[in-house]
Amino acid sequence: MVAEEICQRLQQRFGADIAAVNLEGAHPHAVVAAEAWPEMARFLRDEPDLRLNFLRCITGLDLLEDNKLAAVYDLMDVTPSGSGPKYETRHEFAVRIEVARDDPHIPSVAAVWPAAEWHEREAYDLLGIVFDGHPDLRRILCPEDWVGHALRKDYEFPMEYHGIPGSTEFDLPNPRH
Amino acid sequence: MSDTLLQAQPDLLMDTGRVEPSDVRTEEMLINMGPQHPSTHGVLRVVLRTDGEMVLEAVPHIGYLHRCAEKIGENVQPFQFIPYADRMDYVAAMNNNQGFSLVIEKLCGIEVPERARHIRVIVAELNRIASHLVTFGAYGLDMGAFTPFLYAFREREYILDLFESACGARLTYSYITIGGVTHDIPDNFVERCREFLDYFEPKIDDYNDLLSYNQIFIKRTGDVGVISAEDAIAWGLTGPCLRGSGVQYDLRKALPYEIYDRFEFDIPYAKPGGTDGVPHGVVVGDSWWRYFVRIEEMRQSVRIVRQALEQMPEGETGIKRPKRTGKLPVGEAYLEVENPRGQLGFLVVGDGSAIPARVKARGPSFCNLSIVNHVCRNCLLADIPAIVGSIDMVMGEVDR
Repeated sequence: MVAEEICQRLQQRFGADIAAVNLEGAHPHAVVAAEAWPEMARFLRDEPDLRLNFLRCITGLDLLEDNKLAAVYDLMDVTPSGSGPKYETRHEFAVRIEVARDDPHIPSVAAVWPAAEWHEREAYDLLGIVFDGHPDLRRILCPEDWVGHALRKDYEFPMEYHGIPGSTEFDLPNPRH
Repeated sequence: MSDTLLQAQPDLLMDTGRVEPSDVRTEEMLINMGPQHPSTHGVLRVVLRTDGEMVLEAVPHIGYLHRCAEKIGENVQPFQFIPYADRMDYVAAMNNNQGFSLVIEKLCGIEVPERARHIRVIVAELNRIASHLVTFGAYGLDMGAFTPFLYAFREREYILDLFESACGARLTYSYITIGGVTHDIPDNFVERCREFLDYFEPKIDDYNDLLSYNQIFIKRTGDVGVISAEDAIAWGLTGPCLRGSGVQYDLRKALPYEIYDRFEFDIPYAKPGGTDGVPHGVVVGDSWWRYFVRIEEMRQSVRIVRQALEQMPEGETGIKRPKRTGKLPVGEAYLEVENPRGQLGFLVVGDGSAIPARVKARGPSFCNLSIVNHVCRNCLLADIPAIVGSIDMVMGEVDR
């Protein structure tokens, strides 16, 4: 099934919860409302002709200009292609959820795809997105007492951590400017 | 002692005479395994909650190698990020270069010349063999067999020599680059590569005699840390960890990238013990199968390299020079490649400038490692190295 059809199925079932669909370009995805996400996740996983049972990745994005944070869920299916041990992938799809930057809350889908547990912890650690209902939401890559979220665009590099001095001596000018 | 332990080891009952009541501590204990433990393959720390010999919980703590490569990716141009991709999974740097180059090519719509595509497949598959050799050797070490390690590194040396002749580096190559490879292979590369394949292929049988079918090894790894196919898919396991659970799935066949659809090869996967030449004492999804799938994959990689050498045309090996001021289009692209450890994914978001707005790496080891707590519950303490070793993570890529 191509991304277009998956979007149609979602719109039929969830209607207004689908804020936008973006089928242009190399990464077709639907932008959906955070509140409807757990139910939608179950629908995507359990619907017999979709069966998007494999969560590949959760990417956190900082959309500073729109004052938003986003999480992108990349999904695919890994289904038996017959009665034998051979499995195949019939379709891939991506879902994007945008939330307010000053109060970023997204319902956790760790109960739908256990793989989400660590991906959500990573997005929490590096971008500060709070995944409500996560079984064990704490930092995963940075120490637990780290201040700030490194992948936010306005992150300030700490000049001191437990007596260890930080340095900007080798910083190059920002290539964007 | 817990009831589960007594069910697993009934001869450990007090009245068998093997256990002195004064020796038995009944309270739970927390044990720190790592981050400097020889069998954790780098700086992985696992906190084990134990009851006697029984592990009740195994919580991995990661991040000791965290360099926030994704933040670096937001501050450099894509071709400058390739050396950082090397340093994620440093045991299979070619495959990482390939993954990142492919996603940028997908985003920008760059065509890669035929010869470069063949060279990429050849070096990527050779790197897969080299990476599996490290795993094979190190897993033998974990299980107390020192000899296989020496053989594995002897053969890996040939591959590193080949890579050195192609690009000058022996570990972090940055050879595969956006639009092709950095430079053409030397004149004698094809010949030396064929020589190596002829030399290497029979050695795989030796490895099986040395380690795979060794009864002590099978006793240590067979039926240990069993992961069902459903669990493997739900937890996002990929690569040999997924195929070791009996799922015949490989991205090179399922969603072919580069030119993998032109080659004939099989996907090794786990079969029940006692059938089809599989030794007794192993079951689908156990540590032995995760290990053995890698051995079989080396044979398939040899097949692919032979075909690619045969089909390789003459011609260009890359776009002249990546445009240093080239701008990325507005948009995003996500692509996964089949690394030796599983599916390595990159998501790159372009915003019209030369620097990506976001570079996200999905490390296969990161996802594979997330199942540790689930699979290590209620197993014996001595089995932890067997299970963690069979997942075969590279911490550089887990922590990024």
